[in-house]
Amino acid sequence: MAKQTPLYEAHKALGGKMIEFAGWSLPVQYSGAIEEHMATREAAGLFDVSHMGRLEVVGPDAIKVVQRLTTNDADRLADGQIQYSVMTTPQGTVMDDLTVYRFNRHFFLLVVNAVNLEKIYRWICQHLVGVEASLYDVSRRYAQIAIQGPAAEDILQSLTDIELDHIRYYWFDVGEVAGIPRTIISRTGYTGEDGFELYIPMDKETNAEWVWGRLLERGRHEGLKPCGLASRNTLRLEAKMLLYGNDMDETTTVLEAGLDWITKFEKGDFIGREALLRQKEAGLKRRLVGFEVLDRAPAREHYPVWIDDQMVGHVTSGSPAPFLKKNIGLAYLPIEYTGVGTRFHVQIRDRRVEAQVVPTPFYKRKK
Amino acid sequence: MAEYPDDCLYSKDHEWVRIEGTTGVVGITDYAQQSLGDVVYVELPSVNQTFDAGEAFGTVESVKAVSELFMPVAGQVTAVNTKLADSPELVNHDPYGDGWMVKIELTHPDETSHLMSASAYEAYVKAEASK
Repeated sequence: MAKQTPLYEAHKALGGKMIEFAGWSLPVQYSGAIEEHMATREAAGLFDVSHMGRLEVVGPDAIKVVQRLTTNDADRLADGQIQYSVMTTPQGTVMDDLTVYRFNRHFFLLVVNAVNLEKIYRWICQHLVGVEASLYDVSRRYAQIAIQGPAAEDILQSLTDIELDHIRYYWFDVGEVAGIPRTIISRTGYTGEDGFELYIPMDKETNAEWVWGRLLERGRHEGLKPCGLASRNTLRLEAKMLLYGNDMDETTTVLEAGLDWITKFEKGDFIGREALLRQKEAGLKRRLVGFEVLDRAPAREHYPVWIDDQMVGHVTSGSPAPFLKKNIGLAYLPIEYTGVGTRFHVQIRDRRVEAQVVPTPFYKRKK
Repeated sequence: MAEYPDDCLYSKDHEWVRIEGTTGVVGITDYAQQSLGDVVYVELPSVNQTFDAGEAFGTVESVKAVSELFMPVAGQVTAVNTKLADSPELVNHDPYGDGWMVKIELTHPDETSHLMSASAYEAYVKAEASK
C-alpha cells in the first residue's frame, strides 16, 4: 500500500491522476503534462514534494558529521544558507544527492530523496559514534510544497510578510505563510525556474491543505497550475537536474555524473575522497552527457546506446522536452565521445537513431 | 466523460475499429487517449504489412509513457495516417476522426465476435477503472 502525503485528498479533489512513486501515492498529472510544464516555465507551477525525506543533524559536532558525509563544503555556508551536495560511498559513488540547510553550526536540515531515506538515516547513524550530535527523522513533521516559475514570488508574497526579495537563491528564512507560523521558506526547487519550497509544520493535519488551497486561489489569475510527477520530470531534465536511481546511483561516481562542482577536495577529508582523487588522477573513463535525439521518436530510460557497432551503455533519462520541443536525454558515454557535437546512436525499439551530444543545461532561464 | 461512438467496435486493448464492408479503420479509444495524456509521437507500420488480431502494429507515446498498439482484427494495412507524424496531438483531440491510425483490408471480415459494442466497452472501461 503506497503512503499518502497530507495533500492526498487535495490531489484527488483536483482530478490528479495518482500513481505510485518511491512508495508514495502521488499525482502524475492533473490537466496535462505539457500544460503543467509550460505553466511552470511561463507563469507558475505548484508541486507536492512532501514525500521527500527530511533529517535534522543537531549538536556541537553537527558540522563535523555533515562535512564528513557530504562532498560539498558545508563550512562555507552562512547560517540561513543552503547547498546542493552528495553523500558518497567509500568508493566515491553516489549514495544520495541532497540539499543541506544550515541553521547554524550545530543544526542542519538535510533533505534527501524519498527512496533513500531509510538508507541515509542508517548511514548517518553509523557515523554518530563518538561524536556529539543527534539525528532526527523529521520527515513526517512537515509537508513540503514547491511553487516554481516567474510568477512564484508574486503569488507567495501575497501570503506572507517575509520579504521574499531578501531571500537570495539557495537561502531560506522561517516565518508565517498563509497564517501558518514556523514555515521554512527556501528559494530552491527542481525545475530550472526561480521559486520556493515551503516546509509546512504539521502540528495541525489541515495545515498543508490550507496552504496548498490558498496558493492555488491566489495564483489562479497568474496562471498557476498544480503539477504532477510527469512535468516535474520533464522540467528537471530540461534543466539537467539529475534524478537519483536513474542518472546516478551507487554504481556511478560523482565525477562521472559531472558533479565535480560540488566535490570540494580542498575542504579536508570526507568519505569517498581518496577514491575520487585516485579517479581524478587516473582520468575518467566515462562521463554523463546531455544529448538530443535527431529523430521524432523520444529516447527513454534504459534504451541502449551504441557507438559504431558496440553497445556502450544505456539512456539514464530521456523524454520529450515540452518547452524546447526536442527529444532530449542523458547517458554515460566513453570519455572520448563526450565532446559537444559527437554523434552516436540510441536504439529505439528495433531502430538505431542518431543522437548528438549537446551543451547542458538544455534549458536555462533568463535572469 | 469519455465518448464511445456506436459505429465502432472495441477491443480489450482499447483500440477501436470502424468496419465498412471488408475494410476497417483503426485507432485508440477516448479512454486510451485520456489515460495516456498528451500524445507526442506515433509510430505506425508500412502499407501492405499484415497483422493478426492482437498483434502489435505500432507505438503511441505520451510525455511520460510508451504504449504498444494492438490490432483489433486481422488485416493488411492499406493506408496509414501520415498526419500523425507532424500532429500526434490529433489522437487526443479527435481519437475517432482525424486521430485514426491505420486502414486495413480485413483478413476475415466475419470474425468480429471477440470485439465489444460501445455499451459493452463502456462497462468494461468502468470495471477496469475501478480496479
